[in-house]
Amino acid sequence: MKFSIYRYDPEQDAKPYMKAYEVALDPHDRMLLDALIRLKAVDDTLSFRRSCREGVCGSDAMNINGKNGLACITNLRELAQPVVLKPLPGLPVIRDLIVDMSQFFKQYHSIKPYLVNDTPPPQKERLQSPADREELDGLYECILCACCSTACPSFWWNPDKFVGPAGLLQAYRFIADSRDLATNERLDNLNDPYRLFRCHSIMNCVDVCPKSLNPTRAIGKIKDILVRRAV
Amino acid sequence: MTTPVRQFDAVIVGAGGAGMRASLQLAAAGLNVAVLSKVFPTRSHTVAAQGGIGASLGNMSEDNWLWHMYDTIKGSDWLGDQDAIEYMCRMAPKVVYELEHFGMPFDRNADGTIYQRPFGGHSANFGEKPVQRACAAADRTGHALLHTLYQQNVRARTQFFVEWMALDLVRDADGDVLGVVALDMETGDVSVLQAKTTIFATGGAGRIFAASTNAFINTGDGLGMTARAGIPLEDMEFWQFHPTGVYGAGVLITEGVRGEGGILLNCNGERFMERYAPNLKDLASRDVVSRSMDQEIKEGRGCGPNKDHVMLKLDHLGPEVINKRLPSIREIAIKFANVDPIKEPIPVVPTIHYMMGGIPTNIHGQVVAPSASSSGGDPNAVVEGFFAVGECACVSVHGANRLGTNSLLDLIVFGRAAGDFIVAQNLPARAHKPLPKDAADRALARLAHIDAANGGESVAQVGADLRLAMQSHCGVFRNAVLLGEGVAKVMEIAERAKHVTITDKSRTFNTARVEAFELDNLVETAKATIVSAAAREESRGAQARSDFPLRDDVQWLKHTLWYSDGNRLDYKPVNLKPLSVDAFPPKSRTY
Repeated sequence: MKFSIYRYDPEQDAKPYMKAYEVALDPHDRMLLDALIRLKAVDDTLSFRRSCREGVCGSDAMNINGKNGLACITNLRELAQPVVLKPLPGLPVIRDLIVDMSQFFKQYHSIKPYLVNDTPPPQKERLQSPADREELDGLYECILCACCSTACPSFWWNPDKFVGPAGLLQAYRFIADSRDLATNERLDNLNDPYRLFRCHSIMNCVDVCPKSLNPTRAIGKIKDILVRRAV
Repeated sequence: MTTPVRQFDAVIVGAGGAGMRASLQLAAAGLNVAVLSKVFPTRSHTVAAQGGIGASLGNMSEDNWLWHMYDTIKGSDWLGDQDAIEYMCRMAPKVVYELEHFGMPFDRNADGTIYQRPFGGHSANFGEKPVQRACAAADRTGHALLHTLYQQNVRARTQFFVEWMALDLVRDADGDVLGVVALDMETGDVSVLQAKTTIFATGGAGRIFAASTNAFINTGDGLGMTARAGIPLEDMEFWQFHPTGVYGAGVLITEGVRGEGGILLNCNGERFMERYAPNLKDLASRDVVSRSMDQEIKEGRGCGPNKDHVMLKLDHLGPEVINKRLPSIREIAIKFANVDPIKEPIPVVPTIHYMMGGIPTNIHGQVVAPSASSSGGDPNAVVEGFFAVGECACVSVHGANRLGTNSLLDLIVFGRAAGDFIVAQNLPARAHKPLPKDAADRALARLAHIDAANGGESVAQVGADLRLAMQSHCGVFRNAVLLGEGVAKVMEIAERAKHVTITDKSRTFNTARVEAFELDNLVETAKATIVSAAAREESRGAQARSDFPLRDDVQWLKHTLWYSDGNRLDYKPVNLKPLSVDAFPPKSRTY
């Protein structure tokens, strides 16, 4: 199988370049990550992140034939050759396929991603109806891989000001939680021409999410709540 | 050039469930704490836990912690320490409620309480009938738990050192632990992180085997560092094979599938667990189910052209239950096995999943090791300044076989307990002990060795050979011949590992170098495992010896201690005395 992979080591390379690779696959090799591990066994300088290899840790997000995705759950047989692999777009490259995710996590942290409920907790669990709990489905499953935010033109242009789809999905996860008591503060924190309203519903986020989540819909719901709060 | 030194009250190595539960206690108490992790915290392997966290909340039917304690002791095949097991099971409801208060999105019952599902080996009334004790967030309980803990740590302003790898412990002449030497992976810089208390929460080491449910990062780093520092590892022969890893891929399929009603079938379509475990059937303990599956395959009743796996059937649960309770399982089966479990069964095989052994600790998380005095020394003398929690630790609540859902519980109970114990020591008021002059020498020498080596074998090749040797010689069924050959092979591979070469000489995010360091830790873990397994001449829990098929409580009701130096073995008694209730004396174990 043929690959063309973005290479850049700041200690050695004046600028990035694409390197051609070819590797014979084993019949058991199923996912793109299997091929990358095989390539790394031959060329140990090839650098990428990986961990769980089952699509739940979010380490191996990269740009695969022009589309963001996770290498560990991208089936090799569905990829056109040569497979072009690049780092996630819009973030500084540390080395090869490894990007600096500081800006992404800074935005995630900016939405206060934790339950706020300062009333004294009961002896047992806080009760929540199954219907209220279902409001969190499609939100809490986010793995923070950054596929969505780094596919979003609004995030490319304003990564310091626009929260981005991943952060906004989590902002809504806490707004939607019947146990959270900080909805007003959360809305105030987002009611800003950049933080929330840079989303123009381009929906790249929905297209690339490896967990099939829908940040655009969550963002729409936040906007709705803001409008309703205003009237 | 001198190595930079940074000082903290506490350094925690590992940001999974145990590390972040401990850090939360410390940060909330205002300690100056640093948490190191090879990966961003939410990428730690706790994220992959699926089925649930065990606690006798009694939300579905009557339950109590004493039944949970009995199930855990029986599951451990009586090798678990009963003081630690009592502590864990008694604390379970409290720590689960706390997780809920932190915002963890548990599934709910109609009355608003936390949903609980049945799980292997969990019973009501001392083995009488199955009980629903596994508190679940769909089949993503570990993900929900880990993200919740990270979120609370963000709130508590815990200081994380992301993509830092600890290389070695710092110990002084008194044997006290004074921190770690660590590598900043992005820059390649090495620092000494000096600490009044060092906590290892480095997780498991499933990557010593070729087929494992474990993540790539599970390389036994804490075990390697501990062993190199002269501290023994406990009960390392006990490795759990999870009955249901996806055939060919190794990816985990939660026991929650069987908890929700899934069943295992052989090639005749027979529900064979009825023969092996008439009472709990498919929900017997994992060691029992894995051995039964292996037996079916050995006797020619496996499925597929090579008759080398069995089938996990769940289509009869219906799309509603599968989509609501097991959505990720469906996703995994479609992606990794090409089957939609709503319509077809999933091909599965027993797959290495969990390490019952680890760094010996007491119930506060303090690392313990036999004191130096050769005769009559305390087998549980505290190593000052050193704690271990979670899978890397052996407290020992899992003994010879862990019950499903007790791993997440172990992380939270003992992460929290260690945190509280350390907070009570009032570290901020204490001065740092002086660092030994050679604090960073060993780690720096290892780094220099890796960077200078050339002409040797690759890390990938030596690692693959190690994994293959462990897989072939230390599997579900073991015997003296197989283990003896395995020990020789692993020792030979350990020699080869000293001479590996990497071609990547860059300082910037050098993952080849990280993998070379990881290989050292894998080697220590594999040696501990196979040497301990070869010595234990009995079958107990996950250690099944075809040449010693019975449990032998006269000779072997004791914990193994393995020392890296000379592959030396020692033993210490099992604590059969609970904290407050009557002991559960050993008896025969059937399900």
